[in-house]
Amino acid sequence: MNQSKPNTFERFRPGFWTVLCGILFVALLVISYLRYTRGLGAVSNLSDRFPWGIWIGFDLLCGVGLAAGAFTVTAAIHIFNLKKFEPIARPTILTGYLGYIFVVFALLFDLGQPWRIWHAIIYWNPHSVMFEVAWCVMLYTSVLSLEFSPIVLERFGFNRLAHAIHSLITPLVIVGVILSTLHQSSLGSVYLIVPSKLHPLWYSQLLPLFFYLSAIGAGLGMVVLESYLSGRAFGRHLEMDLLVPLARPMVAVLGIYGLMRLQVIFHNGAFADVLHFTYEGRMFLLEFVVGVLAPVAMLSFRKVRTNPRWLVLGSFLAVMGFVMNRLNVSLTGMERAAGMRYLPSFMEITVSVAFVATAMALFALAVRFLPIFPDMRRPAPAHGPRPSRLPGLVIAEEEE
Amino acid sequence: MTVGLLFDSTRCIACGACAQACKDQNHLPGEVEDHTTAYTWTTVGEVNGHNVRKLCMHCLEPTCASVCPVGALHKTPEGPVVYDAEKCMGCRYCMMACPFEVPKYQWDRPIPVVGKCIMCYPKVQKGEPTACAEVCPVQATVFGQRKDLILDAGERIRNNPGKYTNAVYGLREAGGTGVLMLASAQFGELGLKTNLPDDPPPMRTWQVLSKMPDFVAVWGASLYAVHWITARRDDVAKAEGSER
Repeated sequence: MNQSKPNTFERFRPGFWTVLCGILFVALLVISYLRYTRGLGAVSNLSDRFPWGIWIGFDLLCGVGLAAGAFTVTAAIHIFNLKKFEPIARPTILTGYLGYIFVVFALLFDLGQPWRIWHAIIYWNPHSVMFEVAWCVMLYTSVLSLEFSPIVLERFGFNRLAHAIHSLITPLVIVGVILSTLHQSSLGSVYLIVPSKLHPLWYSQLLPLFFYLSAIGAGLGMVVLESYLSGRAFGRHLEMDLLVPLARPMVAVLGIYGLMRLQVIFHNGAFADVLHFTYEGRMFLLEFVVGVLAPVAMLSFRKVRTNPRWLVLGSFLAVMGFVMNRLNVSLTGMERAAGMRYLPSFMEITVSVAFVATAMALFALAVRFLPIFPDMRRPAPAHGPRPSRLPGLVIAEEEE
Repeated sequence: MTVGLLFDSTRCIACGACAQACKDQNHLPGEVEDHTTAYTWTTVGEVNGHNVRKLCMHCLEPTCASVCPVGALHKTPEGPVVYDAEKCMGCRYCMMACPFEVPKYQWDRPIPVVGKCIMCYPKVQKGEPTACAEVCPVQATVFGQRKDLILDAGERIRNNPGKYTNAVYGLREAGGTGVLMLASAQFGELGLKTNLPDDPPPMRTWQVLSKMPDFVAVWGASLYAVHWITARRDDVAKAEGSER
């Protein structure tokens, strides 16, 4: 174990983000108190007519989906043997892990009786998609913990144990990919049961496949985005040689997905909504043009995707398209059947934002204290990174 | 044998006795509300000039029972769809999925459970009719074997030409329901769902879920096969490199 605890905290001065996180944290405590003492109705706009809101539509559906980068990249490395992607494995596994933790925390808020979350282990109903979802969350979180554990063990000097777990990586990755495939698709299957409620712009017997494909596309986009964000925060440069090759499968997957979506909408006879520019039609156009057509069109061109700025923008749009799709399926598409518009309450939004902030803070902490990025495990590269805007980071790079 | 209820909208006088009897029978707190909630399991009211009851339809293949991850809802052999509050963790998938929007939640309680009509299951087990059918002064709601009720409904339609729409609501909707309804107008006019598929919604998910075990085996084998080939290719490349 090398000298841990650099003098990180001596230079600690609360900046804008720290203060914002502090406020969010206090708000989260207050809302938690209200939610657990006065019930869900006291903090949310959920009702008998609209029982699922953004805690399901955003926190759960998007949290799981954006973790898809982890299984895609680990599959590329360990199943397709594309070893060159090894340097981005750890940050993507970390993102996936945080995504799932985020989901579990959201469930603790959203479930009416969260202390019974373990009931799915003893009371079985294999006819329920939610039962499958519950098991996938449990099992895949365990797999991600195992995939992530060597990083922590390595940091604290348990190299033999880290090595032992790492030697199991191939079966682990295979199990992880299977579970992810089931889980990503089953979130789509959740909506198979509501043919009379979900708007035909989104309802399809192919929903499981759509959720799977779009999660792969957005998961790859997330890998680019998190590299960019951590690059900005930690003064690292973008690994263009690794990120550009991710754009090609992203374009392919999103392109196929987009085509199939259009076919389904055609067969559902729902193009009228787009042409008549109804509420659902407008939301669909926004989702599809901004989140599918634009990134596919942009990143199809080599010149565009090899430019860091455009690559990041294209990835950002793909991720946004994914988020809009999940919100449209879970909220927009269900509103007509419910006969009402659902808008999340201020407290619902605060909880979601606080969870995102927590996940980002945990990511930053992990990057600072664990060997996540390869160039931060080595001495600083010759051309030198930009000076860090976060305290403590420069020291982390001076270690070893 | 499946029991059920037959509700005849043309007989109903919307006196509200059924809703009150339901409250008393099931010990539900508060006054009868104007729409169904976790505390008011059935209501009766006027929709476009027709008196309509709202209650759980007790589907033959209930969507709620199929979606519940912990099996808190289930179809009893007698017919009623009942709820076990001890198992429920509050995911509310039943509310989201129910084609008739029946299950309701206790949004105002820190330890909430779902509320829905259970067709007076304890009474039904003893061979008694439901409280709502017992109390109805005009036999607008009658209790009986579902197949007898279907015959009864058909007879009423035949014997009263022009009085009824020639259809029984609940015969096929969402795969058929234990509660059947008769009306003098199109069912849509009574606020009943008319866009429901005839096939039970649970079939749609089961088509996917039942393939999971096979899928896991094939997908796992495929992934390993790809790994095996790519790793072998790598080894060969390395060996060839060292020969030179």
